[in-house]
Amino acid sequence: MKKLISFIFMRTLPVLFAFLFLGIAFGLLLQQAGYNAVWAFMISTFVYAGSMQFVLIPFLGTQASILTIILMTLSINCRHIFYGLSFIDKFKSLGKKYPYMIFSLTDETYSLLCSTKIPKELDEKKVFFGIALFTHIYWISGSVMGALLGELITFDTTGIEFAMTALFVVIFIEQWMSAKSHIPAAAGLICGTVSLLIFGPGRFILPALLAAVVIILACKNTIQGKEVRL
Amino acid sequence: MDYLYDAGIVLTVAVCTFLTRLFPFALFGRKKGTHTMVAYIGQILPSAVIAVLVVYCLKTIEITSLPAFAPQAIAIAVVAVLHVWKRNFLISIGAGTVCYMVMVQVVFR
Repeated sequence: MKKLISFIFMRTLPVLFAFLFLGIAFGLLLQQAGYNAVWAFMISTFVYAGSMQFVLIPFLGTQASILTIILMTLSINCRHIFYGLSFIDKFKSLGKKYPYMIFSLTDETYSLLCSTKIPKELDEKKVFFGIALFTHIYWISGSVMGALLGELITFDTTGIEFAMTALFVVIFIEQWMSAKSHIPAAAGLICGTVSLLIFGPGRFILPALLAAVVIILACKNTIQGKEVRL
Repeated sequence: MDYLYDAGIVLTVAVCTFLTRLFPFALFGRKKGTHTMVAYIGQILPSAVIAVLVVYCLKTIEITSLPAFAPQAIAIAVVAVLHVWKRNFLISIGAGTVCYMVMVQVVFR
């Protein structure tokens, strides 16, 4: 048990830093918009979607139409549709925790689950659930702290959000080094960049992911051929 | 302020977020044994998604002026070199983040 917790803690530590500070930023903004720590707690517990929560703040108190909110949420979060594809069988094996695993599949949790190599002596299901639960708790803690005492933080935290970029870069390098075929990673970089140039920062993710899926399917024989040969 | 309406907005966002995450499981999760094509995509896609997420983090970068992109470019180089060399998550991410913070706060103000 102790080994399990320390393994999960060490693996999720980069997300702890990133989530505490992003969460604090969220809580602080929410509090400035007139919503206290109870709101921060409820939103981070039940929505649990980083960028979406920041987008949500200016809509509070505006009586925006529910249809607008629905369309906005679906368009910002549609990238999540692709994440579950990698965990359909694995999450099912978690039994009662299956719905929670689906609910908590954020960008960061997804990245950690994809990149964590689980030691033989640990139970994979417990590690998966632990990673999801720990990162969720970090996020809730950060946002509540931000709403409660954000204004008391005196040192300059500008730039701390880079921890998230660094985490994705590190996972990218790990996957590049262990992958037999570099086509998927290269497809992601190229589709992402081209889509960003065409569609702009607000709308590029979905076209990029769709294009990446098409390339992965088109190169199926090449990619799988390498997996078999090596 | 109408807090009840706000609660409705939050609930809507929560439900819609969950639905986007639920979608692939609802579509492919009920049958026993995943379709081979879905299994293949599920196995290969993470590498591509992570690459897209890297681009996502850098989406607002401006290449028109040096102070606008140098901090991120240098910090990413630090992360990459440290990680290829040491392969330690905490060292790479910790040093890269501190490097970025120093650059945006002190060097390229």
